[in-house]
Amino acid sequence: MSITTLEGWTILHGMGFGAVFLLAFAGGLAGLYSLRTEWVTIAGLKESMTRLKVGLWAMAVVAWGTVITGSFIVYPFYRSADKTSPKSILLSSPTTADWHNFGMEWKEHVGWLAPIAATVVAFAVAYYGPALAKKVGEKRALMIFYIVAFGTACIAGLFGAFITKAAPLH
Amino acid sequence: MTTNSMEKDLPNGPVAAVLIAGGFGSMILGLMTVLVSASAAIKSALTWSAAVGPLSGKTGIGSIAFFGSWIVLHFIWRGKNVNFNRAATVAFVLLALSLVFTFPPFYDLFVPAK
Repeated sequence: MSITTLEGWTILHGMGFGAVFLLAFAGGLAGLYSLRTEWVTIAGLKESMTRLKVGLWAMAVVAWGTVITGSFIVYPFYRSADKTSPKSILLSSPTTADWHNFGMEWKEHVGWLAPIAATVVAFAVAYYGPALAKKVGEKRALMIFYIVAFGTACIAGLFGAFITKAAPLH
Repeated sequence: MTTNSMEKDLPNGPVAAVLIAGGFGSMILGLMTVLVSASAAIKSALTWSAAVGPLSGKTGIGSIAFFGSWIVLHFIWRGKNVNFNRAATVAFVLLALSLVFTFPPFYDLFVPAK
């Protein structure tokens, strides 16, 4: 059951940082959606706001960790010119080439939108605090950015999982 | 009974700033992706790391665009109220462009014909 250092970084990137971000999304969404003065008491708002601020900033940090480990630690080994690199293996057959030409090409770019969008949401929620409950337009805008962060992370995570299955890094 | 933090009317400038910066940084990252597809010279210029390839420059410039524009807009709009609907619209348009620009079938359209 030993794993190599590179496999360890790949696990940290995808199943550590990436999975934590995706799993935390539901909690953040529930927290943002329920931020309404007609639904919670003042005490409840204050209590949930602390959790929301910490959770959203943690998500933003984790998202940056995901893309930085992915792009600058794992990706160089994926794209190595070596014949045994995952990219070389995938491109060697027309039945697997699109995992790189579409899957990795999309993942490596769109995934970076997740930490940017997550940071936007974390800052705005921290800035407004409980006052966000009264700001319908602002909350709607942040929900859109938050959902985009999740959607782009999903795309990156999904293709990462499939590509690792098709041509794992060792 | 309400708390001070809910009663005080915080200006929306800083939030408008981060929204637009988020859209702008994302769009710039996408634009760099398109430009790298279109030009070998730009691809070379954005290869900040040989190991990572042009992705290093694309993401580097996109991140600089996000944080840089955020800093600038924040200092311009802090303490001020701006037209939030207009700011949000701008941010969403930029975000939508970034999603299009980073989609491989789109940026592959700009690969020069051989």
